[in-house]
Amino acid sequence: MSGTFTKSMARNIFYGGAVFFFLLFVALTFDTTRALPKYDNRGAITPEVALGKRIWEENDCIGCHTLLGEGAYFAPELGNVYTRYGNSKEAIMAFIKSRPKEGIPGRRSMPQFNFSDEQLNALAEFLKYTSEIDTAGWPPNVQG
Amino acid sequence: MQYQSQAVAKPYFIAAIVLFVAQILFGLVMGLQYVWGDFLFPEIPFNVARMVHTNTLIVWLLFGFMGAAYYLVPEEAETELHAPWLARLMFWVFLVAAGLTVAGYLLVPYATLAELTMNDLLPTMGREFLEQPTIIKIGIVIVALAFLFNIGMTVLKGRKTVVSLVLLLGLLGLAVFFLFAFYVPDNLVLDKYYWWWVVHLWVEGVWELILGAILAFVLIKITGVDREVIEKWLYVIIAMTLITGIIGTGHHYYWIGTPHYWQWWGSIFSAMEPIPFFMMTVYAFNMVNRRRRNHPNKPATLWALGTAVMAFLGAGVWGFLHTLAPINYYTHGTQITAAHGHMAFYGAYVMIVLTIISYAMPILRGRTAANSNKSQVLEMWSFWLMTVSMVFITLFLTGAGILQAYLQRVSDAPQSFMVVQDQIALFYWLRELAGVVFLIGLVVYIASFFVGSSDPEATVEAQV
Ligand code: HEC
Ligand code: HEM
Ligand code: HEM
Ligand SMILES: [Fe+2]
Repeated sequence: MSGTFTKSMARNIFYGGAVFFFLLFVALTFDTTRALPKYDNRGAITPEVALGKRIWEENDCIGCHTLLGEGAYFAPELGNVYTRYGNSKEAIMAFIKSRPKEGIPGRRSMPQFNFSDEQLNALAEFLKYTSEIDTAGWPPNVQG
Repeated sequence: MQYQSQAVAKPYFIAAIVLFVAQILFGLVMGLQYVWGDFLFPEIPFNVARMVHTNTLIVWLLFGFMGAAYYLVPEEAETELHAPWLARLMFWVFLVAAGLTVAGYLLVPYATLAELTMNDLLPTMGREFLEQPTIIKIGIVIVALAFLFNIGMTVLKGRKTVVSLVLLLGLLGLAVFFLFAFYVPDNLVLDKYYWWWVVHLWVEGVWELILGAILAFVLIKITGVDREVIEKWLYVIIAMTLITGIIGTGHHYYWIGTPHYWQWWGSIFSAMEPIPFFMMTVYAFNMVNRRRRNHPNKPATLWALGTAVMAFLGAGVWGFLHTLAPINYYTHGTQITAAHGHMAFYGAYVMIVLTIISYAMPILRGRTAANSNKSQVLEMWSFWLMTVSMVFITLFLTGAGILQAYLQRVSDAPQSFMVVQDQIALFYWLRELAGVVFLIGLVVYIASFFVGSSDPEATVEAQV
């Protein structure tokens, strides 16, 4: 890189490129925001779902699980657990409720959180809502 | 040391190394939990170890970036730091905040921590990498503001070089995008959309500016190549970073409930993200080959070249591997992601911090330019031990990831997550083994600070 290509040209490409592509990104973000209601299942966000999301966060479920493919890779994907469990909230609640306190010998274990029935229901509602988000056909199959 | 106030960098570097040790120990705990499911359960569940592992990583890298700034900005600006006392104060604030956070993770259940820190007032907890209690996040913002003020004032009153300008821009971006950590809407899709404004726009955006600036500084110092040449390269590299990397955020918007056109935007732009990393490799070797002098600090040169190569491999090659939407469809959220995450973080950010520490620490400890030969040899051993074991960690995780994606997602008879994990356990054992070697490398690295301290400083002649 020598001769006619000067430092100030390089600097201009940097500032110009950064500003242009950031603005393009903002424009795409506007368009996404506009289009989002078609995809994000927001109609299903009830107070229970919002509570379920909060419980999800305050127990750091994401520290073991992925949700829509993001999170930790230690335990099953939960974005589609509702479908994997035969569209049954009860099955999800029963699973979470039945975790042994001391874990399962030799097996990756999930904590016993001692949730109330209301909390369990909210978590299940949240996972049901998540499973109905339009994720462009991901995951490839029910195993997540 | 040309300016007295550069000395404030030293505690930052020491804290970084201490937290690095904690990070690796918890990495090994998790690696064991992968194959011995109930190891330390229920005392330290996997998610707790993971928070400690990833948060100490981020915090020690931030300590490293701040130390780097405090060291190099006075030298670039040719003036003393604006307020050394503020830098010292913020060091303790940041360290105490980090210590309290880790203690909180380890000592009480996460839900209790959320309650104790009144997460309900402004809920921000429980998202990957951003698990810190809200009050700690606010503390981070305060430390960042004080830091930016200090560095900014120093640059303002002194010589304004491209290196310090780019560093400052990167650090400013780091602070600005962190603010999205406070936005946690009930709508999961929106939540995820803006979560990436912190995570992706950090590692594939503004942090690369910081990386570029630190690398440029060290290259100027150790090669003696004309600043003009290096600064021109720096501009071109970071231009390519932002031109590709901002829209490249789209590679995280394929399957999270966003419009499907992101598969095109994300694939096309992120496929070009390896370009700046490739340029960085070419440039680092170019500058070292065109060096005007032989610097006596050989490990610093090794770390600088290593950063360029490993960042290209981890971010560029391993990033490209799974960034195109049709491939990501099968690899999304598998061990392939973990493989890439490890080598990219190590190659780009761990190594650049170790580069500046390697360059600056001997000087901060009273040498004129370099450690004794004995210490240098040990440090170079640690370079190879850590770097080679990280390559193996990456390869084993990649093996695990390919099998996982196949057995769970591609094959005609997809098997469940837990069943698949059992079948690929061998790879996890091998990863753990490589991790132990990494730890040995880290111990050797620390030893290099204590060995040969009373020996005379290495000189260029003695080495040729
Ligand atoms: C310490 C790690 C850990 C944490 C934290 C954790 N889980 Fe789990 N979870 C697991 C493991 C491991 C399994 C698989 C258990 C098995 O198959 O024996 C699992 C399984 C599940 C399943 C059944 C998935 C399936 O496909 O069979 C659900 C539902 C679930 N977890 C929900 C949650 C929720 C909700 C939270 C947060 C409140 C949570 N988990 C927190 C480790 C964890
Ligand atoms: C002794 C070596 C190490 C071991 C055994 C180890 C192990 C692990 C494990 C088991 C995970 C969790 C994966 C999951 O979510 O299921 C993890 C995550 C992570 N580790 Fe390490 N680690 C080691 C070293 C490092 C180093 C040196 C770095 C930094 C360069 C690092 C950075 C990370 C990151 C960024 C994550 C999050 C990954 C992601 O979400 O993709 N680790 N590590
Ligand atoms: C130094 C720079 C980089 C670092 C530190 C880094 C780190 C990471 C980490 C930690 C993750 C996992 C995030 C999570 O937990 O969900 C990730 C994901 C990802 N990265 Fe990078 N990365 C870098 C550069 C790149 C580049 C240049 C590319 C593309 C060429 C890339 C492509 C991807 C993709 C596609 C994913 C999503 C994986 C998935 O779908 O699960 N990365 N990166
Ligand atoms: Fe990314």
